[in-house]
Order: sequence, then C-alpha cells, then structure tokens
Amino acid sequence: MADRLWFLIPELIVLAGAVMCALAGLSTTAGIRRNVGFIACAFLALACISVPFVYTPERIATADSLLPHIGKYIKFFAALLGILLVMSAGGLMDRKYEHAIAKGKATFSALRTSGGEFHALMLLSIAGVMLICEARDLIWLFLALELVSLPTYVMVAISRWSKVAQEAAMKYFFLGAVSAALMLYGFALLYLATGTFVFTEMVDVFAMQRAEGGIAVVGQTGLLLAIFGLCYKIAAAPMHLYAPDVYQGASAAVTAFLAFIPKTAGMLAIILLCTLVGWEEGLPPVIEMALWVVAVLTMLLGNIGALLQTSTQRMLGYSSIAHSGYMLIGIIAGPPLGIVAVLVYLVIYGATNTSAFATLACLSRDGETVDSLEDISGLHKRSPLAATSLAVSCGSLLGIPPLFGFWGKLLLFAAGIAAGQLMLVLVAAVASAISAWYYLRLIGLSVLSSTTPRSDTVRVALRWPFVAAILSAIIALAGPLVLTNIVADAEQAVSETE
Amino acid sequence: MTLWLLLLVPLAGAMSIFLAKAALAKWISLGVSTVVFVISLLMAVQFDVWGTSETGLVSHVSWLSQLGVTLDVGVDSVAMLLVLLTTFLTPLCVWGSFSAITARRKEYYAWLLILETAMLGVFSAQDLILFYVSFELTLVPMFFLIAIYGGANRAHASVKFFIYTFTGSLFTLAGFVYVAWQYQMSQYGVWSFAISDLAQFASTSLTASEQGWVLLALLAGFAVKIPVFPVHTWLPLAHTEAPTAGSVILAGVLLKLGTFGVYRFVLPMVPEALVAYAPAIAVLAIVGILYAALICWVQDDVKKLVAYSSVSHLGFCVLGLIALNPIGLEGAVLYMINHGLSTGALFFLIGMMYERYHTRDMNAIGGLAKKMPVWSCFMVFFVLASVGLPGLNGFVSEFMCLLGTFVATDTAAQWPGVLGPEYAAIAAIGMVLAAMYLLIMVGKVVFGKLKEPEHDGAHSLLPSDLNPREIGILVPMAALCIWIGVQPTVLTDAMRGSVEDVLSPYPRIVQEEHGAPQTPIIIEKKEQNG
Repeated sequence: MADRLWFLIPELIVLAGAVMCALAGLSTTAGIRRNVGFIACAFLALACISVPFVYTPERIATADSLLPHIGKYIKFFAALLGILLVMSAGGLMDRKYEHAIAKGKATFSALRTSGGEFHALMLLSIAGVMLICEARDLIWLFLALELVSLPTYVMVAISRWSKVAQEAAMKYFFLGAVSAALMLYGFALLYLATGTFVFTEMVDVFAMQRAEGGIAVVGQTGLLLAIFGLCYKIAAAPMHLYAPDVYQGASAAVTAFLAFIPKTAGMLAIILLCTLVGWEEGLPPVIEMALWVVAVLTMLLGNIGALLQTSTQRMLGYSSIAHSGYMLIGIIAGPPLGIVAVLVYLVIYGATNTSAFATLACLSRDGETVDSLEDISGLHKRSPLAATSLAVSCGSLLGIPPLFGFWGKLLLFAAGIAAGQLMLVLVAAVASAISAWYYLRLIGLSVLSSTTPRSDTVRVALRWPFVAAILSAIIALAGPLVLTNIVADAEQAVSETE
Repeated sequence: MTLWLLLLVPLAGAMSIFLAKAALAKWISLGVSTVVFVISLLMAVQFDVWGTSETGLVSHVSWLSQLGVTLDVGVDSVAMLLVLLTTFLTPLCVWGSFSAITARRKEYYAWLLILETAMLGVFSAQDLILFYVSFELTLVPMFFLIAIYGGANRAHASVKFFIYTFTGSLFTLAGFVYVAWQYQMSQYGVWSFAISDLAQFASTSLTASEQGWVLLALLAGFAVKIPVFPVHTWLPLAHTEAPTAGSVILAGVLLKLGTFGVYRFVLPMVPEALVAYAPAIAVLAIVGILYAALICWVQDDVKKLVAYSSVSHLGFCVLGLIALNPIGLEGAVLYMINHGLSTGALFFLIGMMYERYHTRDMNAIGGLAKKMPVWSCFMVFFVLASVGLPGLNGFVSEFMCLLGTFVATDTAAQWPGVLGPEYAAIAAIGMVLAAMYLLIMVGKVVFGKLKEPEHDGAHSLLPSDLNPREIGILVPMAALCIWIGVQPTVLTDAMRGSVEDVLSPYPRIVQEEHGAPQTPIIIEKKEQNG
C-alpha cells in the first residue's frame, strides 16, 4: 500500500498545485492572482522532476500494476507538455476584469474571477491522466478518466465569454455523458465476463478463456463498447462529431488542451483495455476489425473534413481527429513497436499541436480572439516568429522530414507494416497526402500571403501563448535530436506489456 | 574529410544568413556555395574509388538504433558525379539571382543553401531513411522558392508541385518500410535501413510479386519526380512559375533525384520485377518523349517549351536506365549531368531575357541576335547542346541511351535486356522533334526581324546585352558542355565499376525469364565482376 502511494507522488504534487491555484486565484492581492499560471507551472515542473525519483527500478519491480513502467513515461511528458499548455492559456482568463481593477474601474470580487479555478481545473485534468497509469482495476480507471474529462467541460465553458463557448460546453458535456455511459456499460459487461474488476485477475481469466477456445462474447462486447466510449475521448470516428464544434467554440488554448490531454487519456485507456485481453495472439478479430474501421474512418473523415473549413481552429480540430486515426494504427499493430509508436506519437503530436494552437491563442484583434483563415493571412509581415512557428508546427503535423512529426509517422508506419497492416498504412499515406492541402494552406497563408485589410488588424497580443508557441516550435524543429532517447523511454514504458 | 562537411557547411551558411544584413545575404550565399564547390572538388580528387564499384568517403553515425536507422553517408562514383553537378550548379544559381531577387532576399538565399544540403543528402545517403528525409526536404525550400519568388500563378504551381511529389514519395516510404520489415523478419527482429543490406536482401529474398509491389511503390515517388508520363503535369507549371534559379535547380538537380532513385534503389532492389515491367515503363517513357515533344512544338512561352522539353529528354534517360546494359546506364547517368548543364543554361538564358523584356512570348519577341549578340550566341550554343549536336555533350548521352535501348534484346550475349530496336527507333523520333521545336524557337527568338515588346525599362540597370556576371555564369557551363562532348570517356570510365556492379544480376535474370541457355561467357563475366 505504501508503495502504491509512493507512485502517486507526482499526482499528489499536481493536486496540491490545483489547490494552491484555486486559493491563489481568490487572493485580494492582484500580484498573486496574476501569477496563478506560474504557480501551476511550478507544480507541474516539480511533478516532472519527481518522476525519476519515484520510479526507481527496485520499486517498479514490486509494483503489481498491469503496465508498471508506463507511468514514468506518461507522467513525465504529461507534466512537461502541461507546462506548455498552461503557458498557452496565460493571459486568457480575467484579462479585462483585471485590467479594470488595475485602473480602479472595478473592485475585486471573488465571484467574478475564474483564473484560479481555471488553472486548478487544468491541473486536475492532468492529474487524471497521471492516475490512469496507476489504475489497477476498472473502477479506478473509470474515475481517473472522468477526472480527466469533467474539468474540461467547465474549462470550455469559462474560457470565452461567448455563446459559442457555452454551446460548445453543453455539447461536449452531454455527448461526454453519453460516451461515459457507453464505456461504463462496457466495463459492466467486462465484469460479467470475468467476475472481477482487478486487472491482473482479469488478464488471467481472459487468458484462460482464450486457452479454452476464445474470449467470451460478453467480454468482447464489453471491450467493444468500452472502446467506442473511449473513441469519444480521443475524438475518433464515429464519436468525433462533437469535436469540430467544441474545438472551434472553446478558446484556442483550451482547444490545445482538449486535443492533447483527453486524447492521451483515451489512448492510454485503450492500451490498458487491450492489454487485458492480451496481444500475443492478436486482438479478438471483432475488436481488431472495429479498430480498423474506426482508424480508417477517422483518418479520412478528419482530413477531408479539414479541407472544407474556413475557421483555423475548426481546421486544426479536424486535423487532430485525423491524428487519432494515425495513432490507432499503432494500437492495431500492438506491442511492442505499435505501442511504442503510439506513445512517442502522443508526445510529438502534443508538442506540435500545442504549438499550432498556441500561435492562434496569442493572436487577437482588439482583445477579441480571431478565428477565420483570413485572419492569419500575411502574419509574417506582422510577426515573423509567430508565422514561422505556425508554419513549423503545420509542417510537423503534416510529417515533413526532418521535423519531429515525420518520425512519429515513420514509427507508426513501420509498426503498421510490421504487423501486416499494409492496407491501413496505405490509407494513412493517402490521408497524409490529403492533409498536405490544408496544412500547406495554413503555411501559405501565414508565411507567404500578403496582408488583407481584415487581417491587418490582427496582432500578437498575448505574451505567454507566444512564448509557448515558440518553445513548442523549437521542440518540433529540434526534437529529432532527442528522438532516440524518447523512443528508448517508450520502449521501457511498454517493456512488460506482454 | 567527410561528406558531413559538405552537408553541414551550406546549412551553417543558411543560419548565418539569418543573422546577417539583407544586403550581405547574396555574398554570404555565394561565398558558402563556392566553398562547398571547392570542398567537393577536393573530395573528388581525394576520392580513390573512381571506376570501381566501391563506396567511398563513408562515415558512420548511428542514430535511431531501435529501428536500425543510421545517418551513414558515402558515395559511389555515380553519386560523386552528381554531387559535383550539384555543388557546381548551386553557386551559379546564387550568382544568377543577384539582379532578379530584390525582395525577401535573406530567405531566398537561405533556402537555396538549405536546398543544396538536401540535394547533397540525397546523393550521399547510405541509409534509406536518411535518403527519404533528404528527398522530402528538397520539397520545402523549392516550395518556398516557387511560392514566394515565382510568377503570377505561383501559389497554384507551388502547391501542385508539393502535393504531387509529397504524395508520390509517401508510397515510396511505405515501400521502403515494407522491405525493411521483410528484412527484419529474416534477421529475427533486427531492423536495418542500410541501403546495401536492404538492396542485397530484397533482390535475393523477395518473391517476384512482392518485388512487383515494391517496384510500384518506389516508382510512385520517383516517376513523379523524374517526371514520367502521365504524372508529369506538375513540372511545366512549376518550371514556368519558378524564379530562374529555381528552374535551374529543378531541371538541373531535382529531376535527377528521381532518376538517381531509380539507379540507387529500383535497379538493385527489384531486378526480377524490373525485368518484367521494363517494357511497360519503356512505353510510358516513349509516350512521354513524343507527347511532350509535340506539346513543345506548339508552345509560345519559351520557358514552358524548355520545361516540356525536360519531360521529353528525361524519357531518354529512363530508357537508358532500364536498358539493363552498361552503355544504356552510363548514357543515362551522363544524361543526368548533361541535361543539368544544357537545360539549366537554357533556363538561365530565358531568365536573362525575361529580366530585360518581361515577356517570354515567342510571338512578342524576335530577332534578338541584332540586339543581344552575346546572348544569342550562347542561346544557339546551348540549344545545339540540348538538341544533340555531335561534339557537344547532349549527343553523347542521347546516343548512348538509344544505343543501349537498341541492343537490349534478350539474345544479346553479354548484357541481354528486354527492350530492343523497335523501342529505340520510336524514341529516336523524339530526337527529330527536339531539333524541330528547339530550332523553331531559336529561329523565332534569335533570328529574323528584330521585334521587341514594349517594356518600361524597369531594369535599366542591366545593359541591353549580357553583363560580365551573366557571361561568367554561362562560360563554365559551356566549357563543360564542350569538354563532356569531346571527352565523355573520362566520365563513363569513372562510373563504369558502379554501373556494372548494379547491373551484375541482370543477365542471369533476363536469361531465366526468357529461357535462353546460359552461355559460359556470362558466368565468366560475372566472376570478373565479383
């Protein structure tokens, strides 16, 4: 028990950070309120640093969880990229209100601020992802998944004072509830099939069933439903329909968050569930077929959908749907290479996607967020750095070598082909080719086009999102230098999957 | 000295351009690319495996070891020749842009240098992934060169260029990974992307149908790049819209990445499939030769004409590549170099004309011999080189490609092939057509009555005829054209070892496919090669 608590140290640090943020946000001193973001970053950094000390080899050896190593990898990168995500939300909350207070036009009222809560919710959601790694039974897994999702519903709603955001939050919440129900139903059927909630015991039961001629139909159905429920979290077809609206409605920084943290949670949960039924003889055909169809649909719908958009956030929203499809190739391919590829891809995608959204987040026109493609036209004239970071991140998302994104795709392709999924890889290649159109459009608009009267009023307004955009663009450029290390870490993370 | 020096110096130059003043950009770029050229010359002198099948200047850098990806570089003699072509053309392109590029200069020269690194990376890669990375990396600078500095229709041209080549090479990547995976299976889980390992493995262990699929995947990328009919449509557009230096690099080196890909991967990796499909590829190449030549005939835009002539010319190169005998393959490699020189020079000349008159329409312009005698002299010279006048470079390679195709019958004793006289005969019509459209162009533009379009004199900085800088660009190219035309054996001897090594498995495969008895001569020859 004590050991188990020990593994939770990173989560506890992040949770402590959440409490601190919530408290600091209510301080009557403006200086403290404004620095909530720093507090959040500090705690995330602390969590990051704590990971290597928590996960020592001796301690991992005594752990009884399904994937004892995976926490080390996920917690480290979730916290690290979490810092970038918090930075991209810098200056988002309470900007006008704080401005009014500073000018003496308004007085501080705890009810009207939401900066503290916002950051606290961010940290709670990140803690949720970390907790998934420590799940040893279905209940814990479900609670952790909900801890990831619930804060995000509120974040969407309070991120922008507009009806679009409210609508997005409502859609997100209701569909999220449906998917959670679907997932729970699946979990219940899994319990029916095995008679236990505990992962290690479920693995044994499933192994026994497989030895006796196949996994029970109830178990397969349960897994199928659970995976469909999780498709909502990763925004994969056919559960992706909410994504464009929500990703457009929320502010860019929150969208960056939505496109990474819940996706990581969903992918992790799918990996865990598939590990339950065992990879050695391949997933049950029904599951594999379902994942196959989901992957193909997601890649094609995501990329084709993105082609038709006129809103940057919506376009990138569709693109993030497509990336879930790519990652599912790794899941279908299975361990070790496929899962390694998914884990590496998550990190790469997280960094580059954050870069793209952070660039959007730092732009504004007279304090209003900008959304249409035209608004980024000729960005290089006004801010060469912002334009470059957008171009680099789009290039990386497209997978132009030698940028970071290419290596993620290479690993996924290699894993897919190594698993004999040639067709799937060809679909992914076609989908990538389609994606070239809209990524090039984004690159072209920001770096090549000339300014239009409408876009001339758009400026880089927020400092921290700008810094986050530059930092993550640097990661997209220089990331390949540490690729070997990341792949080695990911290999270690899945080393006991089988 | 290592090839990495050659790869990193232009990159460092590009970085330093960003730190320097805009006015200095062109000088830095010229200096760096000249230094690279000098380094490559020194390497060529130091290169001690000319004429053999060895790979020289090898250096190992291990990298993503989990997937067996390395950053190994090295060049055989064919690759070394193409490296020299690249390093030779790049400074000329930089120099040739001095007057044409006036806005966003820093980026322009930086992209040119990055492009040089990428091109050299393609030729020197000894690892599939490094090759692919460099191959794809060439797209990015070229995309920006066209999209920022191109003509009126540049946006469309650049996107079309990017999407065509990007899509094609994704399939090539899939083919590479497939071969690597098969290799991994045979090696009990040890991945490798080393070109030598995989070529050796694929040619011996893959079944005929697997080879067929790999061939298709590889060609998806390379055929677009070459370009082979019917995936050539991006090229005229990209060429026409690109700035002069962009067109020169595109014609001079980038198209050669495709043919080099065929030489480096298709020939050694999938011999059985190539023997089976060579006639089909040859038909496409011949259709390309004739079709593009006919299009050239009706062009009014001079630049578009030369662009289409590239499609036509590269068809000969493809024929030489798949003739499966040393004459054809040496001709093809020589063709790569020659086409880079003569067509590159033609693009320079058209750019120089365009800078003065702001038109490329043959109907609007004519009789320039009276106004620009020096320019006209070079124009006639390079057109003749391109047409294939004996004594100049174009003739030698074109003749070798056609001769190789002609003798590539399955009854040929030493190097049997699957093409034959009929292919060569039809393709040769392309030579006649080339003479027609190029000479008609010369007749209209250079000779006849002087016809000048209305021009605003915006480039009054330029004299009416060529200035010393422009002559300085053309003279070395012309000198090389003459030298290769007179002494092609220096180059063909230099590449012989590599070429014969690549072709060594073919006689046996062709014999087997066509059921002819194995003659002892061939066995003897093979032993000599080994």
